Amino acid sequence: MHLISRITTKPMLKHSGLLLVALLTLAAPAFGADSVVPASSMPWWFWPLALFVTCFLIGIVAVPAGIGGGTLFVPIIGGFFPFHLDFVRGAGLLVALASALAAGPMLLRGGLSSLRLALPLALLASMSSIVGALLGLALPASVIQTALGMIVLGIVTLMLFSKKSEFPNVAQPDSLSSALGIHGIFIDGASGQAINWQVHRTPLGLLIFLAIGVMAGMFGIGAGWANVPALNLLMGAPLKVSAGTSGLVLSLVDSSAAWVYLNRGAVLPMIAVPSVVGMMLGARIGARLLNVLKGSVIRKMVITLLLFAGIRALLKGLGIWV
Amino acid sequence: MTNTNTPTNAQQQQLEALRYAQLLDWGARLGVVALIVSFAAYVFGVLTPHVPLEQLPTVWNLPVAAYLQQTATPTGWGWLKLAQKGDLSGLIGISILAGCSLPPLLGLIPLYLKRRDYIYATICALIITVLVLAASGVLTGGH
Repeated sequence: MHLISRITTKPMLKHSGLLLVALLTLAAPAFGADSVVPASSMPWWFWPLALFVTCFLIGIVAVPAGIGGGTLFVPIIGGFFPFHLDFVRGAGLLVALASALAAGPMLLRGGLSSLRLALPLALLASMSSIVGALLGLALPASVIQTALGMIVLGIVTLMLFSKKSEFPNVAQPDSLSSALGIHGIFIDGASGQAINWQVHRTPLGLLIFLAIGVMAGMFGIGAGWANVPALNLLMGAPLKVSAGTSGLVLSLVDSSAAWVYLNRGAVLPMIAVPSVVGMMLGARIGARLLNVLKGSVIRKMVITLLLFAGIRALLKGLGIWV
Repeated sequence: MTNTNTPTNAQQQQLEALRYAQLLDWGARLGVVALIVSFAAYVFGVLTPHVPLEQLPTVWNLPVAAYLQQTATPTGWGWLKLAQKGDLSGLIGISILAGCSLPPLLGLIPLYLKRRDYIYATICALIITVLVLAASGVLTGGH
């Protein structure tokens, strides 16, 4: 049975990737570097449908690759669809928010998400995400597009070279984390062991989360790619707790920034709803395929996609590839 | 020796997590259902949109300020007056999703106060304040 799933899901995933590239190529004539993106000649219903299919495919590959769908959403949709980047970022925040909300309760019940760790970080990051969102909506689209390209290429570098530590060694918690009582126990599903954890470098972690909030609000890309290394490698939380807590922080950070976009009229249901629903359905399938897929293969595929989307965003922002 | 009447730190954390998870779960489900129902009513023509569907491809490529001007779409909470319109009704579900962290945060405060954890009760209150300010449009010039 396991073998059969392996045989059938691998080509399926390969086809998902190919389909995604084909869709992006199809959407290529919609490119534009100026503030106003050239209008498309396709009927109105084509784009929400293409958006739904693209997000469904992104959802499938995002989970096994260990990356939030929002991180893929903005560079891909912003680069290859005829929507203005303002609306893409608004939808991107909602995609990241909906994904975080969908996974949050399960992670909390499973003890993989820590409120004591998440809440202080989320307080600072949600404040700075409002600043980021306001900045993002005030700056010219070309500047945001260029910065987005650089951020995405930075994420690619991070994905390629950053290390992960399953259970980092925290010899002694810092005084702030001790005062806040940031520690906990989680049951590791793989070994069945109860793992006691604590964190260090909390003041630096708080500063990093201030910066993460600005980026999340400005680019609408969620921030799981930055949250997890900050929690795991910098603060010393176990990898699974870092991933679970990251979702909880995201749900609060993206909520604050989403309100800014909503109040400024930068959320179009015609773009946001197919994206959210497609991503959620795709992520469900991705989660089911998690055990039968080879994570490293999917990760390489997603890195290639991100690299392509990052270069595209950078060149589009600079007006080189329009 | 452990006093069995006093919950341990791990048990207290679990209690907080369960309360937060339950309230978040319901809010998120409600938001997604509202989102799907309103969108179906929008695209299948049950509710007339504020911006005609055929006009969308000519305006969704504009910066948000130009879009709002061209379509006479209100900012801030102004959309509530037009919530019967197909496109703007979608913002109900989106608002529920963006606001569904508020009830779980409110639900945590009594738990923290009960165990005299005033720091975390304050942190929750501050996050709620940030979210409410963001939603109100006061910080963002939405009104």
